[in-house]
Amino acid sequence: MAKHHVTTTINGEAAEYLCEPQETLLDVLRDEVGLTGTKEGCSSGDCGACSVMLDGRLVCSCLVLGVEAEGKSVETIEGMADGEELHPLQQKFLEEAALQCGFCTPGVLIAAKALLETNNNPTETEVRYWLAGNLCRCTGYDKIIRAVMDTASDMRGA
Amino acid sequence: MSGMRYEAPGSVDEAVTLLADANGAARVLAGGTDLLVQLRAGMISPDVVVNIKNISETQGIAADGGGFCIGASVAGAEMGENAALKAAWPGVVEGAELIGSTQVQGRATMAGNLCNASPAADSVPALIAAGATCTVAGPNGQREVSVSDIPTGPGQTSLGNGEFVVNIKLPARPANASDAYLRMIPRTEMDIAIVGAAVNLVLDGDGTCTEASVVLGAVGPKTITVADAAAALVGSKVDDAALAAVSAACSAAATPIDDKRGTVAYRTKVAGVMAARAAAIAAERARS
Ligand SMILES: Cc1cc2nc3c(=O)[nH]c(=O)nc-3n(C[C@H](O)[C@H](O)[C@H](O)COP(=O)(O)OP(=O)(O)OC[C@H]3O[C@@H](n4cnc5c(N)ncnc54)[C@H](O)[C@@H]3O)c2cc1C
Ligand code: FES
Ligand code: FES
Repeated sequence: MAKHHVTTTINGEAAEYLCEPQETLLDVLRDEVGLTGTKEGCSSGDCGACSVMLDGRLVCSCLVLGVEAEGKSVETIEGMADGEELHPLQQKFLEEAALQCGFCTPGVLIAAKALLETNNNPTETEVRYWLAGNLCRCTGYDKIIRAVMDTASDMRGA
Repeated sequence: MSGMRYEAPGSVDEAVTLLADANGAARVLAGGTDLLVQLRAGMISPDVVVNIKNISETQGIAADGGGFCIGASVAGAEMGENAALKAAWPGVVEGAELIGSTQVQGRATMAGNLCNASPAADSVPALIAAGATCTVAGPNGQREVSVSDIPTGPGQTSLGNGEFVVNIKLPARPANASDAYLRMIPRTEMDIAIVGAAVNLVLDGDGTCTEASVVLGAVGPKTITVADAAAALVGSKVDDAALAAVSAACSAAATPIDDKRGTVAYRTKVAGVMAARAAAIAAERARS
């Protein structure tokens, strides 16, 4: 079967790739485009390690076909920092040690950024529910939740 | 799955032709939150996957004769952002919003939930309680079908070769009417319902219930519409006695399975509890 030629935007820049119809956006990002910051945990939508933004919506890239990105805009963890300057969430996760192995972290950061862009004053419960689709085997979640709450509070203060 | 073809037609007619030509070896792709998992697991291996999201008739939420027309490509997140829809049909929206995580909400559609035909589908009981219909397009044109006629059993639908759901329609609402959906899951979030209960009702000026519909999910191979529970509500002020009768009728109607996630006895009891609570919430919403 012929490969599809896909033209899309990744982290603000025009991008194109060839992909098989059944390849997921996660496969394509990692294997064709070489952006390996997006992680594969389960490939069934359960863990959130593969979280990316697709046309401004938080999605699991393992549940999107690579061909579906045609004409759309994709944002991954590689686009989160502004050059050398970390996003406030990234900075806070480092300061507060909100990660251990780091496998879940790109997905958590992408998801948390999406939350803070719609709600800069979330309650702890709202943060926990918003991030319920991001599994972490290491931290026990408390540090993640606190880092997101603290970033929100800093961003409001700024 | 190696020979799979992908198509993203721009019109209903093209989609119907693609589906019909594949003679049962095609799959519609909406949000993909069931389809991609099933592809990955090798549970299905279609010759062609037809993405319907580029078809304008499947997009957006529109006012429709006093009610709403929700395109088959509309994801849960988009429904949650629509204030008018939420105000008119809070139970339908809460059913759709219970599907999966924030990430899944960015993709999952009600039409996909309906056509996947899981007995535990969270958006389906409230749609049926609402009396929702859907537009089905196929080789013989379009037809309006009651949502309750689509699923015929676990993973099975009444859709024929070449047919797909274009939109779901919610009817106009009288004053003092509302709905609610509640589910029971063994975990706090990210789990499949072991009981779901939807109640849609209309009150008159004094708060007496004049119309009601009570629908259970996840306690049988299909949803169960509990006429006795609706009858217990109609004519009542949705008081404790009526709620006790709703609970008893729903427990009597439930035919759940027994598994590690919940025993028959537990699911049967909880079906009554969830339905009574949903009725109380719907009535409270209708009064305010
Ligand atoms: C992590 C995770 C959590 C989940 N949690 C829940 C949950 O809590 N509750 C719940 O009910 N479900 C849950 N689901 C299942 C799934 O998300 C829902 O069933 C969802 O509504 C499916 O919609 P979709 O648009 O993604 O469908 P798709 O995956 O695109 O399609 C589902 C099926 O329906 C068919 N189909 C889709 N659209 C149409 C149409 N318009 N016409 C005809 N056929 C069509 C497809 O061919 C396919 O067979 C979960 C899934 C995941 C991955
Ligand atoms: S890899 Fe996509 S959710 Fe786990
Ligand atoms: S830090 Fe290891 S999985 Fe979250």
